[in-house]
Amino acid sequence: MGSGLFAAGAPVRIRKLMPPGHVRAPAYIRGKHGTVERVIAPFKNPEQLAYGLPAAEQMLYRVRFSATELWGDQAENPRDFIEAEVYAHWIEPQDPTHAT
Amino acid sequence: MPHDHHDHLSPSGHPYRADDDTPLSYWQTMEIAVRELLVEKNVTTPEEINAQIDKMDARSPAIGAAVVARAWVDPDFKQRLLKDGSAASLEMGFDVGPMHLIAVENTQDTHNIIVCTLCSCYPRNLLGLPPDWYKSRAYRSRTVKEPRKVLSEFGVTLGENVTVRVHDSTADMRYVVLPARPKDTDGLSEAELASLVTRDSMIGTGVARNPST
Repeated sequence: MGSGLFAAGAPVRIRKLMPPGHVRAPAYIRGKHGTVERVIAPFKNPEQLAYGLPAAEQMLYRVRFSATELWGDQAENPRDFIEAEVYAHWIEPQDPTHAT
Repeated sequence: MPHDHHDHLSPSGHPYRADDDTPLSYWQTMEIAVRELLVEKNVTTPEEINAQIDKMDARSPAIGAAVVARAWVDPDFKQRLLKDGSAASLEMGFDVGPMHLIAVENTQDTHNIIVCTLCSCYPRNLLGLPPDWYKSRAYRSRTVKEPRKVLSEFGVTLGENVTVRVHDSTADMRYVVLPARPKDTDGLSEAELASLVTRDSMIGTGVARNPST
């Protein structure tokens, strides 16, 4: 999981999974398209640390989403952005057919 | 009548707080048990615990304000702060701890605002304890969805041509907003500038004060 590396600016999609338990990808970004704002650093996976499990390091990224990608017509202003920290195992490459 | 408590208001007009006579919750009991075990096994001492609480209580937005004022007067420091917030703060003697600090700059075109939708992550080492509203479900859920409406409720009205960047503090980073330096502050000292930097201006729910107000 999450072995692929993304560079700053890379178009990505957040995995659309709804697993139970301690999860660090907020639900409102799952399945949404964005771009990597910056690559931060590897950190031990908090989703494993939370249960006292041996935690593998996962690269942490900041991913930028447009307000319209997240909220559609309800977005207050199409120029606005929401940025969140997302671990590598939640990120997949963007489908090239996705129209931005 | 000062001793008439029928209306349950103190002389200052606030309601009296009820005595805390309820049994301990599960987690309160757990905290006490763990703390007593740690002391009993000589892992820590009550003095160390109190010293740490004092240290936490001593932190206030004045620390963040000093960092912001330095960035306003020293362009090289500002660049270092935007590149690596933790290292730049440490230069001034402020250790932001194991979390990494990201500073985001407000400009004419961009307004930044910080939220933690998952819990209540906050740059405590720079700003002290978070205000209660920062931890509220309303602030946490609304700020990512309708930041402009939230901002207007804080008295910050942004033009249509200003971009709002909402930063959701979901993992190991902590954020501080570098507010825009107010106009007509050229002659002010670094300390005077720091006094214009409010807590809310560093969360992004406010802007720095004007020297005249």
